[in-house]
Amino acid sequence: MANEDDFYHSLEIDHDLCIGCSHCMKICPTEAIRIRDGKAWIQGGRCIDCGICYKDCPSKAIYIKQDDFDEIQKYPHSVALVPAVFLGQFPDEIRVSRIYAALKDLGFRHVFEVESSALIYAEAKNRYARENTDKEPLISSFCPAIVRLIQVKYPALADNIIPLKAPLDISAIYALKTLTDQKIPRKEIGIFYVTPCAAKIAAVKQPVGERKSIIDGVINMDSLYNRVFKKIKEQGKDYVFPPLKTPRLTADAILSTLTNGERRICMAKRSYAIDGIENVMDFLEKLENDEIEGVEFLELRACDQSCAGATLSCENRFLCSERMYGRARKAAERERNGEVPRSQEMESQKEYLIECSGVEAVQPRSMMVLDKDIAKALEKMEKIRRVKANLPHIDCGLCGAPTCDALATDYVMGTAELENCVFYQRHLEEQGKMLPEESLGKMQQIWGEDRISEKIKE
Amino acid sequence: MHQEYTVIEGDFVNAGKASSSVKKTLKQLNVSPQIVKRVVVALYEAEVNAIAHAYGGTVSVDIEADKITMVVADKGPGIPDIALAMQEGYSTARPEVRDMGFGAGMGLPNMQKNVDKLNVTSEVGVGTTVEMEVNFA
Repeated sequence: MANEDDFYHSLEIDHDLCIGCSHCMKICPTEAIRIRDGKAWIQGGRCIDCGICYKDCPSKAIYIKQDDFDEIQKYPHSVALVPAVFLGQFPDEIRVSRIYAALKDLGFRHVFEVESSALIYAEAKNRYARENTDKEPLISSFCPAIVRLIQVKYPALADNIIPLKAPLDISAIYALKTLTDQKIPRKEIGIFYVTPCAAKIAAVKQPVGERKSIIDGVINMDSLYNRVFKKIKEQGKDYVFPPLKTPRLTADAILSTLTNGERRICMAKRSYAIDGIENVMDFLEKLENDEIEGVEFLELRACDQSCAGATLSCENRFLCSERMYGRARKAAERERNGEVPRSQEMESQKEYLIECSGVEAVQPRSMMVLDKDIAKALEKMEKIRRVKANLPHIDCGLCGAPTCDALATDYVMGTAELENCVFYQRHLEEQGKMLPEESLGKMQQIWGEDRISEKIKE
Repeated sequence: MHQEYTVIEGDFVNAGKASSSVKKTLKQLNVSPQIVKRVVVALYEAEVNAIAHAYGGTVSVDIEADKITMVVADKGPGIPDIALAMQEGYSTARPEVRDMGFGAGMGLPNMQKNVDKLNVTSEVGVGTTVEMEVNFA
């Protein structure tokens, strides 16, 4: 069973801001949130850092931990590792070169794009697929929320995840190699990843299948967007910035973070690209039952419209996606005209990068296991079934758990009381086994002391 | 622990309901993924058989600390020659069932492959009972 403290999470709840409205509890796809003392609490063993709660929170109480921006000053050679979706945040009239210039004016000495290694990642995946024809289907390691989802909820499929670093890590290695090849000492280089989501932070701080990431810091995409946008506004339209050698990504690389981006360049006979965590769970459920056969590759993304719809994306996901398509169309035209994109420069490092990109197999860490001992687990399950039969099954959430099933499980696992259920309270009151003030006390333990009395006074 | 499910003739939409539910249970019991997979595949085949070839039936599942026993009993035409039915590729499925992707003659052999104990009893014109056992260790 997963020890909750063992897992790094980038999502946290600010309990000064949380009003215990339970929106997050109801929407969490892994039922990782409970309400106690009028506040929401995340259970570490179940959370996969997908960020759905972050997007849904009406009081902005859920935040994503990031490193201090001033950290970049510590390194003479600070590197901004930006994802293509970052560029998709800006209106069309702000060109890529202008955004790069602003990043440099903000203090970054170097800028690298995450997707510059997209084709190397694709090649590494294809090679792995050729050597592992017995595993079907292979699942992309691209989306860290999906990797974690499979670990906790579909442990039987953990072995199907391609054990490779994601493009962000491969590009970080490339950036580091490029700079150290210029005789710059490692300690002077600081690689800062600009993240579009919470899951990628967790993946950097606690990578699955490897010990430590080479990335020195993480900056949230929305906060950097504000800084860059402000800089560009301050500098005005006529600002002349020094000519920059802007990295040119290939069309394939730009599109790789969007839905179908990996699928369109994979070498599989039959493959699917699925975005949105509910859609992914539906599919994995069927896959686990062996109801779907003959699929060689799966591109699974937690967010609708993939990274364009990422947690920290500030722009509408469809607008962001279309801007990226716009950029890709231009890149494709340049490619047709014979211009060489930068990712071809990376070609020379290809073998080195592919060699570095392997990680250990992804291990399952099921959140579903009731007990390691099967006999004890059976006992607990019987108990859960008995308890469940007496609950109202309307999933009202008033007990501080998302569903009646969740309360029954929490009760048997010893983390909740059955008396938390309002229906059970009424039943006990009727039998003379519970006083009204006792059931009020229960509700106050869950929803906070002030909430009920204040509302009643009104 | 005992679980029971009803299977309705021709209800392909709900094929796999019993095996899905059993899967969830076994995951909670910490049964190894490889064994869960074998159980699910075998039970799914048996469920589909009852839906496609018979007039529906019942699935009863008993889970103990060391093994799972699954009994799928249908009311149906029965199997005249069980030994023949156990051969890969042998099928008596109607064309419309085959059109739906079922009835390839792999059902019983596939069950045999995935379980530790298989017992098929059948009476022509009455029905067929498939008993399967999978050990956890």
